[in-house]
Amino acid sequence: METMLKIDNIHVYYGAIHAIKGISLEVKQGEIVTLIGANGAGKSTTLRTISGLLKPKEGSIRFMEKDIAGVKAHQIVKEGISQVPEGRRIFAEMSVLENLELGAFIRNDKDAIREDMEMVFHRFPRLEERKEQLAGTLSGGEQQMLAMGRALMSRPKLLLLDEPSMGLAPLLIREIFSIIQDINKTGTTVLLVEQNANMALSIAHRAYVLETGRITLSGDAKELAASEEVRKAYLGG
Amino acid sequence: MDFTHLLVQQLINGVSLGSIYALIALGYTMIYGIIKLINFAHGDIYMVGAYIGFFAITQAGMSIVPALLVSMVVTGLLGMVVEKLAYKPLRHAPRISILITAIGVSFFLEYTSMYFVTPTPRTFPAVIDNISFNLGSFVINGQQLMILGITVLLMAILTFIVQKTKTGKAMRAASFDTETAQLMGIDSDRIISLTFCIGSALAAAAGVLVGIYYNTIDPLMGIMPGLKAFVAAVLGGIGILPGAVAGGIILGIIEALVSGFLSSTFRDAAAFAILILVLLVKPSGLFGKNTREKV
Ligand SMILES: Nc1ncnc2c1ncn2[C@@H]1O[C@H](COP(=O)(O)OP(=O)(O)O)[C@@H](O)[C@H]1O
Ligand SMILES: [Mg+2]
Repeated sequence: METMLKIDNIHVYYGAIHAIKGISLEVKQGEIVTLIGANGAGKSTTLRTISGLLKPKEGSIRFMEKDIAGVKAHQIVKEGISQVPEGRRIFAEMSVLENLELGAFIRNDKDAIREDMEMVFHRFPRLEERKEQLAGTLSGGEQQMLAMGRALMSRPKLLLLDEPSMGLAPLLIREIFSIIQDINKTGTTVLLVEQNANMALSIAHRAYVLETGRITLSGDAKELAASEEVRKAYLGG
Repeated sequence: MDFTHLLVQQLINGVSLGSIYALIALGYTMIYGIIKLINFAHGDIYMVGAYIGFFAITQAGMSIVPALLVSMVVTGLLGMVVEKLAYKPLRHAPRISILITAIGVSFFLEYTSMYFVTPTPRTFPAVIDNISFNLGSFVINGQQLMILGITVLLMAILTFIVQKTKTGKAMRAASFDTETAQLMGIDSDRIISLTFCIGSALAAAAGVLVGIYYNTIDPLMGIMPGLKAFVAAVLGGIGILPGAVAGGIILGIIEALVSGFLSSTFRDAAAFAILILVLLVKPSGLFGKNTREKV
């Protein structure tokens, strides 16, 4: 399989705070890769750096053979990377439809956008029923679906998901994760950040474990799920 | 009868004055919405707009509509330049730095204008015939009608842009959550620049209309309307477009009533009494949610 994203030894700071201390990871075409770790480990910072919201002080990020470290966030989307941010961050004062339209902001192919909108509604039927509703009035699970649908509207090659399970009931988490698997099967590569290691490892091909800005473990998701270290630290036994 | 008569007449006056405040307040509120800056130079942008309109009419011999358009375009560009040179470099600086810079820009515009156009007030030419219409025993003059017509038209255009166009949706998205807007592929720098352009163009229109209404303009004319438009924006709920319009109209009406029933001496005081009252009773303004962050 071809390497799609290759991060090499990046360091990211918030002012004087050294949040990412030399991370390297790679995502191959067609994979679901998960990045797990406790609160504050640096998972969101890693995704925000890939998306161009933060700039690494050192190190390189290559996406589809192109160096994208330091490229502005609004241009990263055009390269084919789309992010579902932590806490969903939907545009609460706009309608569901407008949120999806904004997801397609970089595109001008009207007919294809309409088709993709149908595809999103097919995947998330509850969004279609509520398309005229203000996004802020949706339930937590529906907002997560909207954030995912919105991210898909740019037709990403790589989808970054930041804690999609956050604040959702177990049944809903299972639904969201099965949709993630579905999205992956239809050709979108996924980099999934989670605190819910159990769920993440159950759908991922490979995994990285992040601890205070450093990767401490990595490998096959099934093997990691079975390993003593991961079970103790992240799987509650 | 006399009371009702005066009341209705003052309401007519109040709405025309208020619609001008509303035009200025829209720019305040749009700019605040997107970069959380109280742009203290906004009143001076309005003054520059009035002068550009003045010169377009007196020097270039334009009639009112082309003069208004020229003023809006040139002032819109000025707004973009100010943003790029003065505010953009401070995008990640503490908020107080950019606020102080706005005050500096305000002085810069006032005194640079004074250097070029002299501090002497100019008489704005009468661009439309001095006609008035009698509605029963009430009087509405041609200028008031024109002010109302132009402000309503501009607000309709603005509403269309913000609600229906792709750029308008990007503006609303960036105003709600700049970072997430960037994740959609929206260039927030471009949106901010455009917001300054539109806000400044609306202020320019207000400047020209005020020139026509009061017949006189001077380089410090922006100070008071700038402050009042700020009050109007806060009254409606800063960052909220319909709030700015409502706040402007309400402020205009209150001022007209105070002038009509008390004394015009208290007119300006009324505006600031409202500001204090709003900040005490409902700081998020008439249209605001209470959770909104305030400066
Ligand atoms: N805006 C910020 N300013 C300063 N420090 C931050 C900021 N955001 C995150 N951090 C710090 O960076 C570290 C990593 O945070 P984050 O990437 O959000 O972790 P995670 O997503 O794994 O919970 C934490 O120590 C956090 O306190
Ligand atoms: Mg996080």
